[in-house]
Amino acid sequence: MLTLEYIPYSRLEQLSSDERIDEILSIVKQNRIVLLEGKLKKEEETELISKTMESINEKFKGVEFGTIDSAMQESAAFFAKLKKSMANILLGDRVGMTIIGPASIVKEIKQDPEKIQVFTKNTNQKKKRKNK
Amino acid sequence: MLKLIKKFIKKVFQSLFRRRKNLKIGLYGPPNGGKSTLANRICKDWLGEEMSEVSKIAHETREIQLKEQVTIKSEDGKELTFSLVDTPGIATKIDFEDFVKKGIKKKEAKERAKEATKGVIDAIKWLDEMDVVVVVLDGTKDPYTQVNITIIGNLQARDIPVLLVANKMDLKKSDVKRLEAAFPQYDIVGISAKYGNNIDQFYEGLFAIAG
Repeated sequence: MLTLEYIPYSRLEQLSSDERIDEILSIVKQNRIVLLEGKLKKEEETELISKTMESINEKFKGVEFGTIDSAMQESAAFFAKLKKSMANILLGDRVGMTIIGPASIVKEIKQDPEKIQVFTKNTNQKKKRKNK
Repeated sequence: MLKLIKKFIKKVFQSLFRRRKNLKIGLYGPPNGGKSTLANRICKDWLGEEMSEVSKIAHETREIQLKEQVTIKSEDGKELTFSLVDTPGIATKIDFEDFVKKGIKKKEAKERAKEATKGVIDAIKWLDEMDVVVVVLDGTKDPYTQVNITIIGNLQARDIPVLLVANKMDLKKSDVKRLEAAFPQYDIVGISAKYGNNIDQFYEGLFAIAG
């Protein structure tokens, strides 16, 4: 069964970078996919990767994550871009959305500036094959 | 405003000291993009010897490799001396079973995975040591991956000059335009590190950002 957990920005807002990452990783390690309102800072993304690497073992293989940042869309018209840049200044890291899932469940996250697609592994097929 | 002034002063100081101290140029990117092949190409071209082991299996480079005193020359006689740093590929997941599938024995695969995770952590730690970074991307693959976005975004946030390289241009599937569309704010040099295609343009690019 696939479990998604939505984290509103307000839940992480008051936490330090370390605490944010620990919180996200603790959920992901429970085999849940995190839908985070907003995005991590660039340094937090590398910290997420480092902490993920530290946690890898035979059960936890790592994460897949992707961010969609509507303020960064290059194709947007000038005024739309300006509006989004203003929103980014006012709302900071709240703009956009981040998806983080365990690599044992999420096979791939495909993204471009306009959309994000999550491909999960077909665990049923594996079980069926094992049963044969 | 204060932030902009601080950034300007930092840039001026960085450019002043960058010329005096030993310049470090790092090769960064996802696993199997061709960082070590490019490191070997540079070292073969200018030192006459190779630097790193290469392999078709991902995470062959699991430790930081450093080659000091590499001097390259431009057509108009300029010289650029630097330490070349070949880094392990940055990944968000590492599964020892992937190595087993490639024919590596289970015990060895587990050890390789362990070393690879440490390599990723070290590569990230070394980011702050770099004066210039060459991001080596596989020109045949989808450029919109989180690893690419995270690496390039971090370099931008740290004000480290970046040269983007689309490697494996000798392969039919490679597509520089796709990379240019993904990262329009950067100049991208399409090369084949393996065969040396377009390597002169790569050296020109290095002079442009680090010379």
